[in-house]
Amino acid sequence: MSEANKPVLEVRNLTVALPSGADRVNAVEKVNFTVKPGEIVCLVGESGSGKSVIAFTVMGLLAKALKPTSGEILLQGENILAASEARLRELRCTRMSMIFQEPMTALNPVMTCGDQIDEVLRTHTGLDANQRKAKIIAILERVKLPEPERIYASYPHQLSGGQRQRIMIAMALVLDPVLLIADEPTTALDVTTQAEILKLIAELQASEGTGVLFITHDFGVVAEIAHRVAVLRWGELVEMGPTEQILSRPQQGYTKMLISSVPSIHPAHRGVRLAAETVLRTEKLGKTYASKGFFQKNRVVKAAIDVDLDVRRGETLGIVGESGSGKSTVARCIARLIDPTDGNVYIGDTEIARLSTQRLRPYRRRVQIVFQDPYRSLNPRITVGDSIVEGPMNFGLSKSDALARAKKLMETVRLDPNSLDRYPHQFSGGQRQRICIARALAMEPELLIADEAVSALDVSVQKQVLELLDEIRQRLNLAVLFITHDLRVAAQICDFVAVMSQGKVVEYGAAEQVFGAPQHEYTKALFAAAPGRNWEFGKFAA
Amino acid sequence: MLDFIARRLIAIVPVLTVVAIFVFLMLRLTPGDPAAVIAGDNATSDQIAQIREKLGLDLPIWTQFGIWIGDMLHGNFGESFFFKKTVVELIQQRLEPTLALSVCTLILAVSTAVPLGVIAAYRQGSMVDRVVMAMSVLGFSLPTFVIGYCLIYIFAIELGWLPVQGYTRIGADFGGFIEHMVLPSITLGAVYVALIARITRASVLEVLNEDYIRTARAKGLSNRVVLMRHALRNAAVPILTVIGIGIALLIGGAVVTESVYGLPGLGRLTIEAVLSRDFPTIQAVILLFSVVYVLINLLIDIGYTLVDPRIRY
Amino acid sequence: MSAVTPEEVVDSAAIASAAGKRRSLWRLVIRNPSVIVGGAILLFMVLIAVLAPYLGTVDPTRIDPAARNKKPDTEITFHLDNGQTAKRVVWMGTDSLGRDVYSRVIYGTRVSLIVGVAVSFLSIAFGLMIGLVSGYVRWADGFIMRIMDGLMAIPGILLAIALVSIWRTGLVTVVFAIAVPEIPRVVRLVRSIVLSVREEPYVEGAISVGTPTFTLMMRHILPNTIAPLIVQATFTAAAAIIAEAILSFLGIGIPPETPSWGNIMAEGRTLFRVFPHNILYPGIFLAFTVLAINIIGDGLRDTLDPKMSKKV
Repeated sequence: MSEANKPVLEVRNLTVALPSGADRVNAVEKVNFTVKPGEIVCLVGESGSGKSVIAFTVMGLLAKALKPTSGEILLQGENILAASEARLRELRCTRMSMIFQEPMTALNPVMTCGDQIDEVLRTHTGLDANQRKAKIIAILERVKLPEPERIYASYPHQLSGGQRQRIMIAMALVLDPVLLIADEPTTALDVTTQAEILKLIAELQASEGTGVLFITHDFGVVAEIAHRVAVLRWGELVEMGPTEQILSRPQQGYTKMLISSVPSIHPAHRGVRLAAETVLRTEKLGKTYASKGFFQKNRVVKAAIDVDLDVRRGETLGIVGESGSGKSTVARCIARLIDPTDGNVYIGDTEIARLSTQRLRPYRRRVQIVFQDPYRSLNPRITVGDSIVEGPMNFGLSKSDALARAKKLMETVRLDPNSLDRYPHQFSGGQRQRICIARALAMEPELLIADEAVSALDVSVQKQVLELLDEIRQRLNLAVLFITHDLRVAAQICDFVAVMSQGKVVEYGAAEQVFGAPQHEYTKALFAAAPGRNWEFGKFAA
Repeated sequence: MLDFIARRLIAIVPVLTVVAIFVFLMLRLTPGDPAAVIAGDNATSDQIAQIREKLGLDLPIWTQFGIWIGDMLHGNFGESFFFKKTVVELIQQRLEPTLALSVCTLILAVSTAVPLGVIAAYRQGSMVDRVVMAMSVLGFSLPTFVIGYCLIYIFAIELGWLPVQGYTRIGADFGGFIEHMVLPSITLGAVYVALIARITRASVLEVLNEDYIRTARAKGLSNRVVLMRHALRNAAVPILTVIGIGIALLIGGAVVTESVYGLPGLGRLTIEAVLSRDFPTIQAVILLFSVVYVLINLLIDIGYTLVDPRIRY
Repeated sequence: MSAVTPEEVVDSAAIASAAGKRRSLWRLVIRNPSVIVGGAILLFMVLIAVLAPYLGTVDPTRIDPAARNKKPDTEITFHLDNGQTAKRVVWMGTDSLGRDVYSRVIYGTRVSLIVGVAVSFLSIAFGLMIGLVSGYVRWADGFIMRIMDGLMAIPGILLAIALVSIWRTGLVTVVFAIAVPEIPRVVRLVRSIVLSVREEPYVEGAISVGTPTFTLMMRHILPNTIAPLIVQATFTAAAAIIAEAILSFLGIGIPPETPSWGNIMAEGRTLFRVFPHNILYPGIFLAFTVLAINIIGDGLRDTLDPKMSKKV
């Protein structure tokens, strides 16, 4: 191998043990891979695959409970697994750097951004104050932050998520390390911001020849930037190879299953208006938050403005948007978890936005909602059976009748009907989400709202839940309102799509239409930013 | 900034109003005729009637309240029938020992407790940590006066290093002043140190689990630098908070400590006033302490803005 | 959006290992060393209190001027009601009125424990009710918290002193005077729990299936307060016992006819230099009891909520 091609990072036979009592022996088992200079290697896997553990082991930042028990990690030939703490500190930020997932919490809130980057220079170089400042301004410009002087003096909370992540990247790359480890750096960011950051990382590493180890669970990101891909499952390396090869000709069964689970960005449904009754209709729905206080500045936030939607029986309407677009606000207004300030909401023929809490009660059963976080959607102290029957019993059903209904619903969502007396913690995330769907269906609603209901699930579990939702919709002839920020998910199950930005609906139409030929500037930008949009993920038989 | 201070000052008005209402009602809630209570057990009915007129106790209650507040804003806190002086005079006389004790204790306690808490957190699980935690539980478990008597027994009676009781004015003899302040400060400070050390430790531990500490380590900073530069400043807010809230403990403890060590301060005054049912004095002292407590916490609030740039209303 | 937490592996594994996780929480509590040690000491104290008449005690209020200020372990002669005399060793000495300190300390255990339990119970009961309302009913919140802030602005002992001066001294007065300053703390705790639980999706889920407010509070919100309140109750009991001692010591607590550790120590303060036993023995009992309760509280807190153990 020529000098230029010697791997920056070589992980050989790495095994990291979990503390006793965990559900498997090793977090990571006999993992081998390399990262060459100038290439981006993606470690991809579902939760619990050990991908983050590998990243932390390389940097020497593992939690005390996890211990590497065998193997070597060679950074430019030096085994850093055997290195002393002092040596590791020398290497950090000078030869290897790491950026993390949550830019909000990864920066020290009480130090200015400039100071935090300065720290790196003060610790590792002997440059004087002026030289350091110059270097910092230079790197801030390279990460495309406008007004570097102002950013230098500002605090993290004064910047946006994307800007904070750029600061992290600046901190990591200011001393030109040979290896950059990125642990899900764009997962917490909006689609458009994510695209910018991905582009930035790709540019920077190309110009400096940095090797990048990129951890992600998103195959779209893999398709967008990876040169090579390693697929991990339960701590073991399942398959590794060039991106194009892995994505189009996967060999292992697990890899095939994973890739088949990734929804296509091209819509599956026809988007034909059915001749059915309208279940949900909103007219100029709006929600304004006004905070007035004694001696407080008056702040007015318009979370939703003039939203007009309509959904018929048997249809799925998706509301797509980034955070702050107002999509969740609209969903919660319709479910009357918050009260709209303007406009009307019609369920069938009844107007429910203006009803008082008392008079609203009988109509509550018509609209049910499934939330995002399966771990917080069920009361951990009561059995899942009790959670499901709570609703029907509120409306007069006897306990035995309600339980019978609950059993049938458990079958509908493909769970064991005899597990009603178990507690939520005895179920996995995907199963809990199904229980939440069962709870919603127990009310026999006309409209089912799914508020980012699959966003917190692994891609393979996500596929199952989406298929279930679709099947339920068909069988029970429900109207479904599906809130999501993930374009692929929307493409998979929505008939119609409303795109929201800053509280307003900017585009509305059949999924095929909106995805295929977007009209509004924002929609176009949104689709242009979707990672891996040019890649068509195939379906592979196991 | 001035804006912020003004707003906070206005925010404490409702709190002080509640305190004032409570203090005002104290006398009126006592069983029996307020005038008779004030006049004392040996008063004649003439004297009682005189007092009733003088204090306007037949007027409607709102008017009484208004007059009372008005008087206070003019510096008139009434007369103590027991001590035969105006309340203002009384307070002025007794102020210095309490002030001296509080300040000495505050300085001593904070400068001991915060470093102890930080070290305990830094070396979590070690001997030092366990000792600090054990001492702090002990500090909560012994009433102030028991600690006081133990200290007196060991240091004043057995070893004879320090005086048993009494107070020397700071103007008169600085050495004597310090001598007389040592044991009381330690006594009063014990429970305060226990509280602050605990919260400091807990706060630092919590901060050490934050993401930005991991980032700091990823930059190659040493553990010491991470602790000093990154952890401490972020842990400061809860620590400041507990210092402020703990002042309540100081005030309450001062009452006991002055009793044990025979310091002629406001705390002793309160007890003497309660035992003789001297309501004007009781009311004034409680009001005074409460206002001081609220103002100190206001200062702490302002202090937050210096420490944490996110808190800028 | 971030994926689920790393503990989460695959369906079957999770189900298999998680059976009965909930029940074991209370078992963990019993096995916690702090709880065991503290519990043992506390149990000892409770037994002393219950069995007081059988532990070689005499009437703790019996004044005997001839036997004043005897040091511990001296023998005294005392007169029985029927005129005869008898000899007895006073293990902890006598106080300035000739009362047997040992008996007073043993009977004082009852008073201190009652104060601890009563104050704890009252402050938790009232604090819970007010806190639930304050956390859930928005328009009442501002008003209630202003009053709580006002009460908290008066340092605890002072407030107790003030309340004692309004009503006359006595056991009931002392209990209320100590309980009232503790209530705002409980209210704050309960309120903050209610405010955070209210935002949880499962509470919103219950609202959307039409669960009425009262049932919502009882079934979904209240259970989250139990563990923190139990921990708070232990710390309150410990603080209450100390507060009673302080009030009695200052002369405004329980009158000496009912012996409490506080007023035994109060009696003994004047002659402390010569006869420290009046302060020493009740002090030891007090210290051990309060220490035991505090240790139990620490242990409970560490087991019932590992997140809370990082705080005080």
